[in-house]
Amino acid sequence: MQLTNRSKVVVKHQLNWVEKLYLPAIATGLSITIKHLFKKSATVKYPEQTREIASVYRGQHVLKRDEKGRENCTACGLCAVACPAEAITMEAAERKKGEEHLYKEEKYAAKYEINMLRCIYCGLCEDACPKDAIYLSDRIVPTAFTRGNFIYGKDMLVESVDASGKVDISKRKKIYDMDAQPKQPLLK
Amino acid sequence: MDWSLLLDKSILIFIIFLISLGIAAYATYGERKVAAFLQDRIGPDRAGPFGLLQPIADGVKMFTKEEIIPSASDKILFILGPCLFMMTALMTSAVIPWGKSFNFGGHEFHLQVADLNVGMLYIFAVVSIGGYGIMIGGWASNNKFALLGALRASSQMISYELAMGMSIVAMLLFTNTLSLREIVDGQAGDGNLWNVVRQPLGFIIFLICAFAECNRAPFDLPESESELIGGYHTEFSSMKLGLFLFAEYINMFISSAIIVSLYFGGYHFPWIDGLDLSQNLAAVISVVIFFAKILFFIFFFMWVRWTLPRFRYDQLMNLGWKVLIPLSILNVLATGAWMTFVK
Repeated sequence: MQLTNRSKVVVKHQLNWVEKLYLPAIATGLSITIKHLFKKSATVKYPEQTREIASVYRGQHVLKRDEKGRENCTACGLCAVACPAEAITMEAAERKKGEEHLYKEEKYAAKYEINMLRCIYCGLCEDACPKDAIYLSDRIVPTAFTRGNFIYGKDMLVESVDASGKVDISKRKKIYDMDAQPKQPLLK
Repeated sequence: MDWSLLLDKSILIFIIFLISLGIAAYATYGERKVAAFLQDRIGPDRAGPFGLLQPIADGVKMFTKEEIIPSASDKILFILGPCLFMMTALMTSAVIPWGKSFNFGGHEFHLQVADLNVGMLYIFAVVSIGGYGIMIGGWASNNKFALLGALRASSQMISYELAMGMSIVAMLLFTNTLSLREIVDGQAGDGNLWNVVRQPLGFIIFLICAFAECNRAPFDLPESESELIGGYHTEFSSMKLGLFLFAEYINMFISSAIIVSLYFGGYHFPWIDGLDLSQNLAAVISVVIFFAKILFFIFFFMWVRWTLPRFRYDQLMNLGWKVLIPLSILNVLATGAWMTFVK
């Protein structure tokens, strides 16, 4: 039974003598390639030009600080558990007296590493984070010559205290705000 | 001994040598640019403005690469191969008329190194020796891919030189000369058309054979990167490889010059010849015209390379022996009949 009209019968016809010369076909081919000479090239000259990326692009991670400049991360390990690529490792430590201006809560991450080669930039870590600490930003991870240089520690991940070093994640944050506040309350 | 003649020729040889090398160098750049544009890319643009210093960067790279001579190779022949190929590539330019002659205060300066009365035969002879460069290089490498490439190159050259020679024979029937300058001058003036009009079939045969002689795509079987990993120059490295690659571009330049001289009126152009110009100005313009035509054909070589796929080996032989040679013989017969009965 014929379901669609999409199938086509292939006819392999004998070439006539003009076609056997191949010269018309070669001329057609040449005319096709010469047309491309005048077309705009698709190249993006990368370091000078960059491609436009989505406003919610998932690039290099950032560990956020709160408005007082204290690290949000409490080293709960939920991001590491959520990570499907097992790219995140951390070591927790207890906050000492006099470190209140550095860490928001009593526990903090003494060591926090993300292997950028393992990471698949899925964003599940920011989904899992209960403390608003980790976000993916629109920055692209730069290249490096050794594998070791792709393991980013806290020095690369935590944003700096001063305002100029802040990483804007407002656009990514919006996604979660929309998730958190359904348009209609589920229970009345 | 006429010293002024010797000086004239030495200067001319030196200039042609430099121009050949310069054009070959920038043909590599042009090839990459043309390839890029035909494929909607940009091509090399990092070295200098528009990448214009790319050939120099490539040359420096070639010179500084490690020189490897395989221990199982025949060292003398291994070195001789690329030298021979390069030498013959440069030698061909001797009989090409580059333009009308200059006149400096009564002293005639001919833009042709040697106006041999057997110019075309000289070119065929030298080009055939060039085949030895590839053959020797491939054989001395002691490598199966190199040997296969060399065998392909030599059999291809033999097959296509026949048809090429026959297409020239047809042209000789009415030019009555083998001297390139006389052939070129025979295509200008009243009632004289470019030979491409008088010999269209001969031109197509000659063009196809020129592609095959230059080992250019679609006839690049001797190298064929994808199947023979470089063919005859598989084992070559550093500047010896550079010489092979470079000589190929010089060959392309010279064969474009020959095609233009034989079929496209050389340095002549209709109605520009009719202008009443001083001798030196006319000479300059004729050289410019000649090089413009040559550059078009170099572009054509590249254009074809980035359009057509490579021939299969049996197709190559079929085309050479079963199509081109009968056609060229037919062309000779037809031209002969026309010369005898019509003219």
